Amino acid sequence: MTADAMERRPGADRRARVWSGLARQGVLAALLLLILFGALRYENFLGAYNVLSVLRYNSMFALVALGMCFVIMTGGIDLSVGAVAAMASVVSALLSPLGLTPALLGGVGAGLLAGLLNGLVIVRLGILPFIATLATMLAAQGTALLLADNQSVSVSWDGLFVELGQGDLLGLPIPALLAAAAFALGSVMLNYTGFGRTVLAIGDNEEAARLMGLPVDRVKLGVYALSGALAGLAGVVLASQFGAGQPTEGIGWELFAIAAVVVGGTLLTGGVGSVGATLSGVLLLGLIFNILNFENGRGSISLSAYWQSVVRGLVLLVVVVLQSRLTGRRAS
Amino acid sequence: MAEITLQKRPGEAAAVRTRRRIKALARGWGAPLALVLLLAFNVLFTPNFLTWQTFFVNLTQVATIVIVATGMTLVIATGGIDLSVGSLMAIAGALAPLILSGALTGPLDPGLAVALAFVLPVLAAGLFGLFNGVLVTRFAIQPIVATLVLFIAGRGIAQVMTNGNLQTFSNPSFQWIGLGRILGLPVQAVLMVAIVALAAWILRRTVFGRHVLATGGNEPAARLAGVPVTGVKLAVYAISGLLSGLAGLVVIAINSSSDANLIGLGMELDAIAAVAVGGTLLTGGRASVVGTLLGALIIQLLRYTLLANGVPDAAALVVKAAAILLAVWIQRQGEGR
Repeated sequence: MTADAMERRPGADRRARVWSGLARQGVLAALLLLILFGALRYENFLGAYNVLSVLRYNSMFALVALGMCFVIMTGGIDLSVGAVAAMASVVSALLSPLGLTPALLGGVGAGLLAGLLNGLVIVRLGILPFIATLATMLAAQGTALLLADNQSVSVSWDGLFVELGQGDLLGLPIPALLAAAAFALGSVMLNYTGFGRTVLAIGDNEEAARLMGLPVDRVKLGVYALSGALAGLAGVVLASQFGAGQPTEGIGWELFAIAAVVVGGTLLTGGVGSVGATLSGVLLLGLIFNILNFENGRGSISLSAYWQSVVRGLVLLVVVVLQSRLTGRRAS
Repeated sequence: MAEITLQKRPGEAAAVRTRRRIKALARGWGAPLALVLLLAFNVLFTPNFLTWQTFFVNLTQVATIVIVATGMTLVIATGGIDLSVGSLMAIAGALAPLILSGALTGPLDPGLAVALAFVLPVLAAGLFGLFNGVLVTRFAIQPIVATLVLFIAGRGIAQVMTNGNLQTFSNPSFQWIGLGRILGLPVQAVLMVAIVALAAWILRRTVFGRHVLATGGNEPAARLAGVPVTGVKLAVYAISGLLSGLAGLVVIAINSSSDANLIGLGMELDAIAAVAVGGTLLTGGRASVVGTLLGALIIQLLRYTLLANGVPDAAALVVKAAAILLAVWIQRQGEGR
């Protein structure tokens, strides 16, 4: 860091904030446009069945992305979320014969433990988040396979457990309500609590945050624990929705979560971010899949489901290129 | 007081020096030592370890990881990362059978088809790697996000090309790269050694290698010192793409079939793990290609040891995770902060 870079910093910061604001509006506008497009083009797009199933299916990704959003705002990354969700789905499926509460607590608890492990390794041993969470990812994959004996574990259909993923409350899917509640809580935490302000301060400048006497280590531990617990909850929902704990599910979830967070305008360098825009990012990426399905249903063209990853990649590309142009950031 | 402090100091300094030396030793010799220990353990306790078959099985399994991890080492040496390697393997692996069968170009002369099936997929993967480099340099996008684009889209491209279908083929001259032998050794193992030797030489002895390390060590300083940082970064991402393409060809040649959904799945993590265990600094500026080879061999042998002694594959994953953390932690100790 030279003097030149120091002088440029405030300007770059302002641009970053402006970008984040624009992106927040942008991703919301893109989402609304996509919904409008779908509503005009396809008959049943806004029908209750489609809307509810999109919400139900994407709630798992939303939960994972929320945790990822907090981690990224501190300038970190959590690659373990997919594997942790898979592990939690196995744990909750194994506990499901005991009833809803043990299964729920077990799954979320397993996720929380993995998250705490991430946080401790990063904070205490000073290992890069990238590597620490990569190791946890492998460990969680292994644990999931061991617990499940290398196959998917059927859940118990007797109790309330399957209702968690498959049931409705007031006409809305329960997992979507869970995700909505988590995002509301997350938004309040980020904007109105000391924890949220510290998260942003760490992402902005960790050294400065430490010098100001902010509890940097504790908050970092907190965000990884939060991310782990939310991944655990996503895993419980997964098991309940599909009727089985899936030790090999969740591969690639972490990278889709990162993509959703980035599309929502949160900078990967930390310090700026929005919980709401992350939700828009998840829905935007999720709707692409939905629209491809409808397009195929019309029969005018035939696009294989594989196009969805190409289109998702392109969306991510457009967003990051715009981000780089508008913030005028140079690699440092 | 002053006297006591003075008297104590030499001893303390010596102790600190010894500790530092032990840490530096652990960093420099930890990987080879771990490999030797693993070998010794296997020779003593694993039945049938000292057979050519075991040797070849391990070599063929580790070769693709090492080839990809060599490119990854160069990328990481510049302070970057390449998440797209597995997807680029899939693109190359999906492309080659399309060329061999003539589905892409129409019927070809068999010799020409094999030549094109070697060259075009690798070049295509190299071009995609260059695209990563352009995003990182021209658009100043963080490497992890820039390569995330192709991680997601790349496998999609491979799946769209093949419509997600399994392509089976049988072409001995093409499959030589995965099934052939040179002087009794598997071709891909020879390829692996050649690539590692070349990359190690480039990194240590050439100006380009100096530039790679300078870019990762302190980019603004390197820029001021006249290092062509942009060109260096473009080159390492392109090299990483080329090597991924080559690894993709080896994988499909071994299997006599190409499944775009599976080729190179999770390869980015194996490659990064090999680089980390091999002692390359993940923040850039210090790199060892031979270390990466050792890292990949350690991880492979660790897995083999556990499996051969009846430990389930899933538990081996947990051990692998612990090994990666331990290796990175030992390196941190050596930094003398």
